Amino acid sequence: MTPRTWLALLAALTVAIAAVALLRRRAARTPAGREFFRHPPAAPGLAVLGFFAIVAIGARLVAPYHPAAQLDIVGLQNQAPSWAHPLGTDTFSRDTWSRLVFGARISLAVGALAMLVAVTVGSIVGAMAGYFRRWVDAVLMRTVDVGLAIPRLFLLLMIAALWEGLPLPVLVLLIGLTGWFGTSRLVRAEVLSVRERDFVAAARALGAGPARVIFRHVLPNAAAPIIVSAALGIGNVLLLEAGLSFLGIGVQPPLPSWGNMIGDGWRQLAVAPWATLFPGLAIAVVVMALNAVGDALRDALDPRREVT
Amino acid sequence: MTEPLLRVRDLRTYFVTERGAGTARAVDGVSFDIFPGETLGIVGESGCGKTVTSLSILRLIPEPPGHIRPGSFIEFEGRNLLTLAPKELRAIRGNKIAMIFQEPMTSLNPVFSVGDQIAEAAIVHQGLSRKAARARASEMLKLVGIPDPEERVDHYPHQLSGGMRQRVMIAMALVCHPQLLIADEPTTALDVTIQAQILELLDRLQAELGMAVMLITHDLGVVAGTVDRVVVMYAGQVVEAAPTKGLFARPAHPYTEGLMAAVPRLDAPRARLHAIPGQVPAATAWPAGCRFHPRCPFAWEKCRVEEPPLFDTGVPGHAARCWLVTEPARRTAKA
Repeated sequence: MTPRTWLALLAALTVAIAAVALLRRRAARTPAGREFFRHPPAAPGLAVLGFFAIVAIGARLVAPYHPAAQLDIVGLQNQAPSWAHPLGTDTFSRDTWSRLVFGARISLAVGALAMLVAVTVGSIVGAMAGYFRRWVDAVLMRTVDVGLAIPRLFLLLMIAALWEGLPLPVLVLLIGLTGWFGTSRLVRAEVLSVRERDFVAAARALGAGPARVIFRHVLPNAAAPIIVSAALGIGNVLLLEAGLSFLGIGVQPPLPSWGNMIGDGWRQLAVAPWATLFPGLAIAVVVMALNAVGDALRDALDPRREVT
Repeated sequence: MTEPLLRVRDLRTYFVTERGAGTARAVDGVSFDIFPGETLGIVGESGCGKTVTSLSILRLIPEPPGHIRPGSFIEFEGRNLLTLAPKELRAIRGNKIAMIFQEPMTSLNPVFSVGDQIAEAAIVHQGLSRKAARARASEMLKLVGIPDPEERVDHYPHQLSGGMRQRVMIAMALVCHPQLLIADEPTTALDVTIQAQILELLDRLQAELGMAVMLITHDLGVVAGTVDRVVVMYAGQVVEAAPTKGLFARPAHPYTEGLMAAVPRLDAPRARLHAIPGQVPAATAWPAGCRFHPRCPFAWEKCRVEEPPLFDTGVPGHAARCWLVTEPARRTAKA
């Protein structure tokens, strides 16, 4: 590794910590912000997420090598961590740190985008079921029951089997479209209570149509549980992507993701544990950080706490 | 006389209650007219069908459990509102008929600025641009007497007091200059001094904009000062309808008399406040005969058996649903 990459890494770390410190100072002005940072793990969690996000975006600066570059298939196979290769190399003589950095890009993007798909679909379905009730509710919620009854992993395995080398956008859509069932139930419950509030009747009396009432008046007031479930859900999606990639049907090599790094490396676990240990650690740390932030968000956005 | 703006005929709104407790006949055969530019007061205790009547006009009754019975008829500008398609109905709501609600604290959306909410009806009905809508919103705030409208436009509901919020609600309702404003107990949630201000404001705006107002209240004091004609409701029916002056001078229905006696008076400080005995019966089981007879001091055999129709009292425009109109001697005999 060159001094330039060490410097970039250091910069990423500083920016992440500084950003969280700044955010904390600004958040202290609002009750919700204070509530959020009252959780001890919230600030470090946020810093971890910020760090990985910066590293993923600036992967080119932080990674010394191309993630798929086979540096020296004979001389640099399964090397232990050293100054030149801080996280060692894998069985194809690729630099683990570089792969971890570019893998963060893929893994986090897949996680965030798939969750976005799931939350969007779940919110719309839940809002429609809760707002229109009657047969719309019955049909949509029975669909959700069916969706929840099918084991997700097998469904994904089945669909993936139809493809030869799943394209990344399809993977994102698949994970998203099989992950909205829980969210839709949550949103429906919230919408059922929001729709009875007076301002919804007032909006209808003004002549607003159902779409306007749902998107402007009902959903914004049901946002808190949606945000929390999304934050907690990204962790699950991350784990699912890792599992699928480990099984070889998720992110396709040579693209690196944390899951397929473990999938590539587990055979050499005895000789080169670093090739699987570090991506595994990265997954664990990011999921823990997401859960910490999600928990803090849940308390900060709790609607039962009076917002003044 | 001119054509009425709104003609309500034999309106029946029923609610099917759960677990077989029966059908609640919340509004049961109500008829009245509102003429352009006038103020009609609808008076009655809680639970006598005032609010359901107003919600029925805009078809805002939650269905199920509620439904408006076939045979009911609500005519506005020559069209029956009860048979309009949802889209046509939305073109009337907020545009030609607007409504303000009882609770200013909960009738505003907490996540949008008041300017956004006032502008909403203008955006929906007139397709105003965001910029024009904002200008219109601050204009409306000025109209309803909120100081610093330019600044208040960007405030959120929680930054305003109850009286200010009710002014915002009025501004929201009046953005499209409706021909009819339905005000459902607009002052009940406010304290007395603010009440007077809001009523004054409604009065002024009515004169400026030339709209008709349907003012729903349980407070006869409010009615006396602001209303041209009064409809008194009891147990889902109209029991008396009269011009305000005539009603206060000579109430024909014992229920109206009871309501008037229940208003505290400044000129008789020692008297104990009068109360009508009992409560409004449940809407699932209205009493047979005259629905007021269990609480009526004049009730006799006929009242228990036969339901009185709406009698003309002889004074023009004054009608009452009471057998006493046909046998006035009984009133004096008792007194």
